[in-house]
Amino acid sequence: MAEAGSGGPEGGAETAPGGGAVPEADAWGDLLAAALLGTERRRPPVTVRPGQDPAAALLDAAALSTVARRAGVRPAAAWPLPAPAPADPRPALPAAARRRLGLLLADRVGQGPSGPRAAPDLTELLPQWLAMANGHGYRAPDALLPALLDAARARTDLRPDALALAGPRGLWLARLNAEWKFALRGGPGRGTGGLSESATPEEVAKLWEEGLFAERVSLLSMVRHRDPAAGLALLAGTWATERAEDRLMFLDSLRDNLSPGDEPFLEQALADRSRNVRATAAELLSALPCSALARRMAERSRAHVRLEDPAGGAGAPRIVVRAPEECDSAMQRDGVVPKPPSGRGEKAWWLGQLVESTPLECWTEWFGGRGAAAVVALPVADGWQPDLHAAWCRAAVRQRNTAWSRALLGSPAAPLSTPPIAGEAALAAAVTASWRDPAKLLSALPPEERAGWVAEFIAAHGLSDAFRLLGVCAVPWSEPLGRAVVDALDIARDAGSYPWSFSGVMGLAERCLDPAQADRLEVLTAVSDEPEDGSPGAVGYWSESFQRLVGTLRLRAVMRDELNGAGETPSNSPETPTSAPPPDPAPPTAPQPAADPTAARTPHQTTPPESHPPTAPQPTADPTAPRTPGLAEPRPAARTPPRMPE
Amino acid sequence: MNPQGERWTAEQVLALAPDTASRIAGGELGTAGPWSGTGSDAQSVWGLCQGGGSAPYQTVVDLEGAGGPGYRCGCRSRRSPCEHALGLLLLWAGETGEGSVPKAAAPPEWAGEWLAARRSSATAPGVAEGAETADGTAAAAGADPVAARRRAEQRAARIEGGASELEQRLTDLLRDGLASADDDSHAGFTVWGETAARMVDAQAPGLAARVRELASVRASGPGWPGRMLEECALTHLLSQGFLHREELPEGLAATTRSRVGIPVGTAGLLASGPAVRDHWSVLGRQDSEEGRLTARRTWLRGRRTGRMALLLSFGAAGRAPEPALPTGLVLDADLVYYPSARPLRAVLGTRYGRPAPESEATAPPGTGIAEALADYGEALRDDPWLDAWPTVLSGVTPIPGQGGWQLADARTGTAVPVDPRCLQRTNLWQLTAVSGGGPVTVFGECGHRGFAPITTWDPHPVPL
Repeated sequence: MAEAGSGGPEGGAETAPGGGAVPEADAWGDLLAAALLGTERRRPPVTVRPGQDPAAALLDAAALSTVARRAGVRPAAAWPLPAPAPADPRPALPAAARRRLGLLLADRVGQGPSGPRAAPDLTELLPQWLAMANGHGYRAPDALLPALLDAARARTDLRPDALALAGPRGLWLARLNAEWKFALRGGPGRGTGGLSESATPEEVAKLWEEGLFAERVSLLSMVRHRDPAAGLALLAGTWATERAEDRLMFLDSLRDNLSPGDEPFLEQALADRSRNVRATAAELLSALPCSALARRMAERSRAHVRLEDPAGGAGAPRIVVRAPEECDSAMQRDGVVPKPPSGRGEKAWWLGQLVESTPLECWTEWFGGRGAAAVVALPVADGWQPDLHAAWCRAAVRQRNTAWSRALLGSPAAPLSTPPIAGEAALAAAVTASWRDPAKLLSALPPEERAGWVAEFIAAHGLSDAFRLLGVCAVPWSEPLGRAVVDALDIARDAGSYPWSFSGVMGLAERCLDPAQADRLEVLTAVSDEPEDGSPGAVGYWSESFQRLVGTLRLRAVMRDELNGAGETPSNSPETPTSAPPPDPAPPTAPQPAADPTAARTPHQTTPPESHPPTAPQPTADPTAPRTPGLAEPRPAARTPPRMPE
Repeated sequence: MNPQGERWTAEQVLALAPDTASRIAGGELGTAGPWSGTGSDAQSVWGLCQGGGSAPYQTVVDLEGAGGPGYRCGCRSRRSPCEHALGLLLLWAGETGEGSVPKAAAPPEWAGEWLAARRSSATAPGVAEGAETADGTAAAAGADPVAARRRAEQRAARIEGGASELEQRLTDLLRDGLASADDDSHAGFTVWGETAARMVDAQAPGLAARVRELASVRASGPGWPGRMLEECALTHLLSQGFLHREELPEGLAATTRSRVGIPVGTAGLLASGPAVRDHWSVLGRQDSEEGRLTARRTWLRGRRTGRMALLLSFGAAGRAPEPALPTGLVLDADLVYYPSARPLRAVLGTRYGRPAPESEATAPPGTGIAEALADYGEALRDDPWLDAWPTVLSGVTPIPGQGGWQLADARTGTAVPVDPRCLQRTNLWQLTAVSGGGPVTVFGECGHRGFAPITTWDPHPVPL
């Protein structure tokens, strides 16, 4: 072998040319030919000493040649260098936080913690850590970028935060390795190809014209954030030439800074070739209460839903519904889907779509100036209440109407509309019977009120229906909410059931409880006496679960302090800016728990973003279906205990 | 002993972990929560860890000792150090907060007993650990020198027999032609297997390993005849070297003996060999599974002498091999090199103080690509069987290519291919991420297959 490495003549180093004692490459070829055929058949091109076996002489010469060629290896010609990675001006992580990230990412490899089940689950803490780190504006350590990209590849829920932390160098690296192609596509929070907020219009236009899809998505959201009209102009300029799935993603990115100025563009998009684009445009327009579409929908609703208020007290006022008889082409153009999902009557289906797109203020106007609570309290004739209220709920969520959300939520202590049924039956029941979707309505309320409502709900109903509600509460949980959850867990323990019936809530509590609660929880980790009617062994499992909860809370506090740089100077970062990190790095929204706590470990949840736009409307499905696919209640019945007690 | 009672760094602690799972679990336990009754003096750390059971685990770490740190914990884990010992050390280590593990005048009784027992046994005679079975060249202390010499002669005679037999096999192969082995590769494989077993019988494990290597070359893909001839020729060179060792210069004869597989006792080596005292920088470390053992290679370079050294140690499964020297530390110690024409492997002698991190985090000085290849060539002059020589390359940029990688020097337009055997085990993407398309310093082994990266700097050391 003449070259350093086995890359062959084109990839390897050159052999030292002959001269002196170094044999020619040809000489090696001759030796090899003789060796292949055998010295019996071919006389080797070597000097054989008297009495020496020609084969031994061949080996002598081959050894000399081998060592000489190895000693004479020379450098190869360099391939073209990759373009250097763009600079990332963000400060480096404090040393302890950097070490923590290394451990969090190492756990993902699947070695799993060796300790008891009471040990914290690091894979569930990674999303929170990433969000906190991004809150501080740190950049990822270069050496951990491959592990970070691998983690994001395996878990789609990590991608936005992982890629934001990875920054421009992460994107640079992902371009070099086909396994990280996902980073170059889809989703917000990606690098904008090195463009900063202060980019000139020419730079923006150039990136918009030539950039990768991911860069364009983040560019659009950046420009929209700064100047909504400029962003819209950017999109309108190339709209006709975009692919349908790209149009859908771009259109969806208008959602966050939606304003009346977007109406003409959206009105135009109602005639788009793609059905999904049309549906999204209609949905966005109906979220603009002053839009022409909203007015048209309101007029239609008004013809079908009216207040019957007998004069002179001849009976209580009530709402009477006359369902639409047809779904004409004008309605369809405004986004009404004519064909209902199986099992639903088409008239009720059409009515629901009209009402959900009607500005909620209209009802107050039409129903004698009644406020939201009064309208919701009105009786509805002929069993139309579930359909009507469900549509109002969707409208309240879409229009982010606090008053209506509050009214539709009602009192948290009110009896549940569906009896709590465990497992799949509950999910099915929730879809068909429950017109209310408290989790989504809650998101329109201010965080404090939201937490208070959920706390009262848990105090009244326990934890079995609380999972999704907890998922929309701000992290860390407020003090009253945290107390309600802990109290409910304590009650459940005293009732003698197994902790894994509450594993979903337990997992949320580990991630969302304020770490300051750890000391208060400490007493619950003690192994108490077994209640007589309790499940065998449950006490031990509860103790273990609470230990894990306390351990996780403590770890979160440490992680937070590490990111704050508590007690140390920033690591290896001469360019660390002097600006202090924000005092409270906690992300404003709750982490999105995986449907099943065990599912988060499953590798390869790699769905290409195109086929799975986060907010793609699904016109044929029930519009009340949760927007976040992962946010479904775990099924406690499906969990099996790790060790069955005798 | 270190009178200042200087605390270790968290990296030093994590480097002690026998495996990834312990490292992670230890990281979780490195918070004040589960701990009580913690304390430390200049030589030990102790604490009580609330575990799964009712009584907390009593965890003690002896920071000093003849064979490195010692651990004891109530958890009875197979691993050593266990996650509790690691967690305790992390808590104690400089950055996690002084207040968690306060200084104390003396350990509590439960910890003190074990510490005292450990220290007294370490100084007791007759427990010299790690001494390999020695042959005559380095007679174990106390053994009868005459008997040792006789055993050594017997062994040498057996190896000579094995080497002659191997020579016969090689010349037979070359007489029939390498291509003839092609006809029935299964039979060929068996022949090599038998030969390897014969070499084990002949007490020549080094020859046996070479023969097993030969058996695998046949299946190594295109270009195998060239590699086969190279390996056969070098094996031939080694058996000839051993058969004629009396005529060789002293150093080369020692190299031949060690390559054939005659061990050198570390105890004898430490007693007799010249010690090289220096501040040794830890340039890299690699653990690999070898059967049921974990083999650990630690590469050092002397600050004063500039000499490279390799420490090779073994640990049973679940136990971290000693010494635990993470990359980036400097150790003031004596090293004794194994006798060789090109000394590299060494044994650690007296240490003068605990290993400490480099005073400032910078990449070590390195050489260019042409120089590195020339250094390897130079080393081959002394030891023709060397596959590679440890080298620090500076100013190189990793380039991923189709089916291979290069380390290139943009200033000279030259490059060295990355050893293809690294593609599986080395995190070349990590190297690329640190490089960011710019020049970096890389420590690794430079040889005829290319360069095998082991460490890079960002400017803190990054094991690859």
